[in-house]
Amino acid sequence: MTDKEQIAEIIFRPDDFLLKGADETKLDMNFASQRFWKDAYMRFRKNKGAVFSLIMILLVVLLAIFGPLVSNYTYQEQNIAETNMAPRIPLLEDLGIFNGDETLRTSTGSKLKNAYVINKETGEKKDTYYWLGSDALGRDIWTRTWTGTRISLYIAIVAVLIDMLIGMSYGLISGYFGGKVDSVMQRFAEIVNSIPTLVIVTLLMLILKPGLMTITIALMITGWIGMSRIARAQMLKLKEQEFVLASHTLGASNWRVIFSEILPNIIGQLITNTMFSIPNAIFTEAFLSFVGLGIPEPMCSLGSLISYAFKSFTTHPFQIVPPVIVLALLMLCFNMLADGLRDAFDPKMKEM
Amino acid sequence: MRRYIGKRLLISVGTLFVVILLLFTLLQYMPGSPFNDEKLTDDQRAVLYEKYGLDQPIVVQFFKYVYNMLRGDFGVSYTISKNTPISQLLQTRLPISLRIGGQAVLLGAVIGLILGIIAAIWHGTFWDTLSTIISVIGVSVPSYVFALGLAYVFGYELRWLPLLYSNDLPFESSVLPSIALCMFTIASIARFTRSEMLEVLGSDYILLAESKGVYGPRLIVRHVLRNALIPIVTVLAPLIVGLMTGSLVVEKIFSIPGIGSLLVTAIQSNDYNVVIVLSFIYSAMYIGIMLVVDILYGVIDPRIRLSKEAPHD
Repeated sequence: MTDKEQIAEIIFRPDDFLLKGADETKLDMNFASQRFWKDAYMRFRKNKGAVFSLIMILLVVLLAIFGPLVSNYTYQEQNIAETNMAPRIPLLEDLGIFNGDETLRTSTGSKLKNAYVINKETGEKKDTYYWLGSDALGRDIWTRTWTGTRISLYIAIVAVLIDMLIGMSYGLISGYFGGKVDSVMQRFAEIVNSIPTLVIVTLLMLILKPGLMTITIALMITGWIGMSRIARAQMLKLKEQEFVLASHTLGASNWRVIFSEILPNIIGQLITNTMFSIPNAIFTEAFLSFVGLGIPEPMCSLGSLISYAFKSFTTHPFQIVPPVIVLALLMLCFNMLADGLRDAFDPKMKEM
Repeated sequence: MRRYIGKRLLISVGTLFVVILLLFTLLQYMPGSPFNDEKLTDDQRAVLYEKYGLDQPIVVQFFKYVYNMLRGDFGVSYTISKNTPISQLLQTRLPISLRIGGQAVLLGAVIGLILGIIAAIWHGTFWDTLSTIISVIGVSVPSYVFALGLAYVFGYELRWLPLLYSNDLPFESSVLPSIALCMFTIASIARFTRSEMLEVLGSDYILLAESKGVYGPRLIVRHVLRNALIPIVTVLAPLIVGLMTGSLVVEKIFSIPGIGSLLVTAIQSNDYNVVIVLSFIYSAMYIGIMLVVDILYGVIDPRIRLSKEAPHD
């Protein structure tokens, strides 16, 4: 039997080591191990803006899931007889708002029009409701807005996965091994980073068809760099510390040191950074769809809806409002949530 | 310092080379050749290939391509305006985009700085909150939402400024696009200035300056701002990216005949040559600006200037 095997034979039991004077000092074992998360949670809860943002995001997610289901229309159903209908909502129409009235501006002045009225003398209205109106092809804007929101939320998930899987691992590995590995990996990242995202996306458009897949690939190529930098910087800070040395001495593998010793120490910052990359990714998709390089018709995203409504936004401004509000709300809330998380994980940043 | 500049320069040139290689490779795989007319006999095709140097080895072709790109000879457009040299297309469009981009940067930097300084000096008051709200909105709301709002209110409802770009009124019609573009710049610079200034205000050397009797504007300008503004060059990278993407959108909304709208049209009409040239120009601008920024950073920050090694390695 070699020395190594002998060492492996030794098995420690929980009561082999006891803290000296544990009875007198009254160490709170339960609280101690959860302190970081509990602390962060307490601080997060106090930040009203961040909590509000979280609630709004959840609300948008719920609406994106159930919004299209509760309406009577599908996102691609066209009704040529009912184009450019103004918003009309049951109950609210009795109060004089959202009753399908629309003010049209003409060369002689403005006039009030209601496209739902079928009999002009009696003022009788059709029994159809477009909650947020219909577009130039007679498609329901409510359904299309929430279907488009799904695309943005999908992009948000993609952004998180890219950050967590590619960016984090790349940075941690590069920082941990250092030397030649780090040098090569950093030069590569620098070169990828020096090519503007816009150019990468454009070139992808030439090879692949515009669509969700192309956008996903574009995000994969460019989205990980910011995260990898932060992960690497944190790794460089931590890897010389004693607990890493201790872990090495006890025979832990590189893999274990990186992912279960060092990672938990920096996870807060990595989560914060991930949250900041979500609005960026959502924006990239909306931007591409807006200039007509995104999701092809009849599918829709918030960006393509805005682009589509933009064509008639001087005549029917109500069409552009819902996608713009949802997009701006999503971006704002994700940003504020990320701010809140940063303050919660790293209270030192709060003073700044 | 010299080593640092040399290294930056090398990386920039290397990246530009990688970009051109990428673009050249893409061109090789694009479907069709300029001479796939069926009426041409093999002999005629051979003559044409010889004339345009397509019979030479690929490596020679590549270096010729690099030489032409760097010289500004970009070839001709295929579909947008047939057989027009691309450099001619750019001649009118590039200055317009650069002018609007430049105005946006200038306007954004000035307003952003003022907002950031106000927020930091009156830290924790109403002004601070207001500036924070403005910067959060500026970062979160996409530039085309601003552009649409501005176009609707000032261009359509009030009719103060032209809704669409016209070459007869180059300044008036670039006001709204510049404002829409600069919101992101305002927000990021204000945010950054505020946090950097607060950090400097809390430092020991400011305490020393104060105890020596320096106060008021002199303290802010000579001691705080000078130190706080050093790292501001680091926000330039995301700003340029924001301006590039923003220009595409804003040029579409206001129908500006710039390079952003040219790129969009080129992609949609499969004009490979134009797309590739514009990609090259965007990359070259970006790489060039980043190089200048990095060197500038080295020059103004004594901590980098005096250290022998590169700053982040």
